[in-house]
Amino acid sequence: MILVVNPVAGLEHIFEHPFLRNAYLAGTAIALAAGLVGYFVVLRAQVFTGDALSHVAFTGAVAALARGVSVLLGLYVSCVVIALAMALLGRRGRADDTVIGSIFAWIVGLGALFLAIYSSSARGSNGTTGVTVLFGTIFGLSGTQAITDALVSLGVTVVLLAIARPLLFVSVDEAVASARRVPVRALGLVFLALVGLTSASATQAVGALLLLGLLAAPAGAARRITARPYVGMWISALIAVGSVWAGLTISYAAPRVTPSFSIVAVATGVYLMCFVVTSLRRARAGARREVAPA
Amino acid sequence: MVAATTPALASGLTWNLGDDLRQLFAFHFMVNAFRAGTVVAVAAAVLGWFMVLRRQSFAGHTFALVAFPGAAGATLVGLSATAGYFVAPVAAAVVIAMVPRTGTGTGYSGESAVVGTVQAFALAAGALFVSLYGGFLNGITALLFGTFLGISDGQVLTLTLVAVGALAVLAVIARPLFFATVDPDVARARGVPTRVVAFVYLLLLACAAAEVSQITGVLLVFALLVMPAAAAQQLTARPGRSLALAIALGLGVTWLGLGVGYFSPYPVGFWVTTFGFATYVVAVGGRALATRRARRVRGHVRVA
Repeated sequence: MILVVNPVAGLEHIFEHPFLRNAYLAGTAIALAAGLVGYFVVLRAQVFTGDALSHVAFTGAVAALARGVSVLLGLYVSCVVIALAMALLGRRGRADDTVIGSIFAWIVGLGALFLAIYSSSARGSNGTTGVTVLFGTIFGLSGTQAITDALVSLGVTVVLLAIARPLLFVSVDEAVASARRVPVRALGLVFLALVGLTSASATQAVGALLLLGLLAAPAGAARRITARPYVGMWISALIAVGSVWAGLTISYAAPRVTPSFSIVAVATGVYLMCFVVTSLRRARAGARREVAPA
Repeated sequence: MVAATTPALASGLTWNLGDDLRQLFAFHFMVNAFRAGTVVAVAAAVLGWFMVLRRQSFAGHTFALVAFPGAAGATLVGLSATAGYFVAPVAAAVVIAMVPRTGTGTGYSGESAVVGTVQAFALAAGALFVSLYGGFLNGITALLFGTFLGISDGQVLTLTLVAVGALAVLAVIARPLFFATVDPDVARARGVPTRVVAFVYLLLLACAAAEVSQITGVLLVFALLVMPAAAAQQLTARPGRSLALAIALGLGVTWLGLGVGYFSPYPVGFWVTTFGFATYVVAVGGRALATRRARRVRGHVRVA
């Protein structure tokens, strides 16, 4: 009777493990920040920038490892610096697709170089570090790391909420906003710095490559559900936090499924569900502007 | 597989160009690498040129990343990795094409959320396949950062056939695609089936991304997909000429990257991206200089 293993029975003990407490603590804060920031990322059509930053995070972490500096430091510094650089290179605090693509492809190339240097050195001989950075190890967070990430994410949340109103204005109608003397460029810079910080902390939760799962999927789902920005913002945060909780619980119950995968899978599932439901509703509501003149 | 370079490294770079080239082509795997690199560079430059023009870099990047779970999943169930490389990106292209792109505003950001979600989920699935397969860590680095060692004759043949097929289809739709890219509204009014053309192009782009990711690894496809095309479009505004220039730059970057990668201990992906990026930076700088002397340059272009 091997099949008696009941996943729910284990759930009562879930908070007795310190690694799970750390994972839930950091995961919740990171998801909150990622959900809120992600909403604006999608609204401003800057998902590609987030994508690029997630790759930058990889290079930053591996570079820090190769030089023997703290990974956390490498992550935060590289993400924020590159985010600001991309904001400065683009017009009005937004970088061009091609510029982003060229820069981040090269940065990932540098990451490959640092990985080669690191894994040929004595410290990195086990060869798993690069993979760990790319796909995340939320169950491996130490208490200090978890608290640092939680604090940074909460800071990001607070700053974002403080600038939410002007940022929304700028995102929706840049021309009118700049005519009304809203500092468009400065807001773009601050916002990308926030995206950088979120990328750095989320890299530790779900890994550099899966970051978009937390940044784009909840926000995309929220935008399918409602067109109202403030409601959508919080729905996005809610979906992100819910995905992290559900994902962590699934991975706790089924240890072969890595937490990064289950978190992203839940977020994707929610997005897919919202997509299907709203598509059906729109189809039923009659052909509005969905039927494009082909 | 990396150990295969060691005997060659023992003799090393002699700075005698003839000797170095002979040494470079002494091994069959290196000849195959150059064959595959050449095929891939041409296909990537042409399809990437349209990608840069259509501003679909994000989609192209996603197709490349999707190749990773494709290859990992195929290995897991015991199929050939090459099949997985092509099937997964094409499937992703179908998913992305299903969401209508209305051009600006909400439509575009809607698309980018879909693309991002597809990408994150695909990568997560890839990571899961790898962890289920187990003990595959050297393989994962090769999938992500590329390997040009150990490309078989069969792979070269597959790459060539797919590249020729993709370029042939592109040749058929090139004119309407170009029209639909430059001015979608007028194209639609003139009866160009813009949605069909865009869909076919996405499929072709998926094939190109799958090809490139087998050489440079899924994370570095932009080195061949974006950089040559972006550099070429900086240098000239005339479509035919910049397309040819993109192919030339792509080939140059690939050959140089493979050659230097062979003689250095660092990964070939690093060299290819570095040369590609250098080309792009030079092109941007050159253009900045050229616009400063805009009038004279324009005169030259008309004469030439």
